[in-house]
Amino acid sequence: MFFGRVVGRVWSTVKNRNLEGQRMLVIQPLTPELANTGQRLICTDCTGAGAGELVYWVRGREASYALLPAEPATDTTVVGIVDSVHLKRPAAPEPDAPAAPAPAPAAPAKGRKPSRKASPC
Amino acid sequence: MLIARVIGDVVATQKHPSHEGRKILMVQPLNLDGTDRGVALVALDAVDAGVGDKVLVVTEGFGANTSVGRLLQPIDMAVIGFIDQIDLLPGVS
Repeated sequence: MFFGRVVGRVWSTVKNRNLEGQRMLVIQPLTPELANTGQRLICTDCTGAGAGELVYWVRGREASYALLPAEPATDTTVVGIVDSVHLKRPAAPEPDAPAAPAPAPAAPAKGRKPSRKASPC
Repeated sequence: MLIARVIGDVVATQKHPSHEGRKILMVQPLNLDGTDRGVALVALDAVDAGVGDKVLVVTEGFGANTSVGRLLQPIDMAVIGFIDQIDLLPGVS
């Protein structure tokens, strides 16, 4: 299973008959520290998870077992809403030398259009 | 199967009924040298593992279902054993 957050919903009117009535969610995979990782994906849902909730989902053929007896054509299904994660990672080893200070960011050139990569979308 | 370390446990009230009564663990897959490998996974516990244990994780549906003892259920990862030691040939790392 994988950990993530619900960031949207998908609406589809024409779809496989077995998928009718199934909720489809857009999921952003997360690290345990809640940082985004990997690409977003679409999951069916068996828990009623809503926008912004932390969830975990199952992948593969087992994803359709969560929605028995319909067995829709799905490969990922949200199977749990996460209330909390109790983390206890081993401490990272201390680096031998202190890290060099980061260089000051370069001043943006005047009159230049902002890069598309800099946009939040 | 993967070598992993249990780094935490997940609390979920609203979940599929087949996951009730089993611990849900956050596991970090590891390389042979013990460094992190990829993103952390969520796995059901079949051997009563705890935080900090080095474990064996099965990442396929049938193996996970049978190890937890619940067939035809939405379970695709399970902790199925503890790792005591790994022996490698000389030169392999």
